[in-house]
Amino acid sequence: MQAASASQGLSGGNIIKQLKDSGIEFVVSVPDITTAAGLLAPLEKMTSPRLIRVCKEDEGVGICAGLAHTGKRALLLIQQTGMLDSINAIRGVAVEYSLPICMMVGLLEKEPDVRPRQSTRYGVRIVEPILDAMGIVYHEIEGEEDVPKIKPAIDEAYVKSSPVVLLIGRRPHP
Amino acid sequence: MMNHRECFKALARHITDADIVLPVYSSAFEWLDLGARALNYTAHGAMGLASSHGLGLALGRPDKRVIVLDGDGSLLMNIGTLVTAASTAPKNFYHFVCENGTYEANGGHPIPNRGKVSFAGLAHGAGYASVHEFSNLKNFEQQIGAVLAEPGPVFGVLKIEPQRPQQRDYNRIHGAEVRQAFKDAIKES
Repeated sequence: MQAASASQGLSGGNIIKQLKDSGIEFVVSVPDITTAAGLLAPLEKMTSPRLIRVCKEDEGVGICAGLAHTGKRALLLIQQTGMLDSINAIRGVAVEYSLPICMMVGLLEKEPDVRPRQSTRYGVRIVEPILDAMGIVYHEIEGEEDVPKIKPAIDEAYVKSSPVVLLIGRRPHP
Repeated sequence: MMNHRECFKALARHITDADIVLPVYSSAFEWLDLGARALNYTAHGAMGLASSHGLGLALGRPDKRVIVLDGDGSLLMNIGTLVTAASTAPKNFYHFVCENGTYEANGGHPIPNRGKVSFAGLAHGAGYASVHEFSNLKNFEQQIGAVLAEPGPVFGVLKIEPQRPQQRDYNRIHGAEVRQAFKDAIKES
């Protein structure tokens, strides 16, 4: 796990550039309030990566797995509530099958510049311990200085064929 | 109602080596018993997700037909997949549900609202333009070739007789060797 640092904000455009530089061709998403304006809104105006809207997050785990088998890179853009709802799919598909399921997870109700584990919100505090228990690599994306972690994290997931979670700790601006 | 094995035998006559087939639980064992194929994708990781894996495969490999042989209990666990597939609309995606009214792999218990839920109705409501329902083997044999020649997404209900629950070797559908074999096969195809 890599530490987050105090910062002044996050640029959605810079995050999207990292995704494109990583070769992400599909973004599979259920809207998340943390990333809705700064990431999902600009992504839906683009033709590449292609946006796939799903009804439930665990569907997205399956779709990303199918895409991975075809050599296409995908990102699952969701909220931590949806990640928690999809634990069994992540367990079976991403972890036990060792597939490169790359998840960008907005942390609903996390306070800016507060580490997820130190959040006053139960639904935020439990996220990293759960990922630790599952043996899933994660990175905190709190400020601009964290954005360059994104491409190497995605590349590593595909090289190792293992899941990764990028935790978005504040609302990116478009 | 159709016999599961006979229904799949009829289907298999229209499947080529280039097609990707994703059979689920009881259907997986029935399908595998018909003979080995390199592009069988049987490891879905969690109940209900076969159609989602199939959708990803269809999006990533538009040159191949992707055929999902779902279970009714499995589909109910991921019913939103119908909306997602209708919305995404890959022309190479064929989703069949084998409706036997039971969780056959989990003790043969009935699905909720057995006999009253309409899977064809759900697919229509989700936005599928092409929906078929078969309960007679002769009709199925006559029409399945044409159904698989339609542009997708296509949804089909296969009404099949329930079977007695059986002990199965699940390594045949999601063991590490099976998963690696599919990875190798799709890379080469």
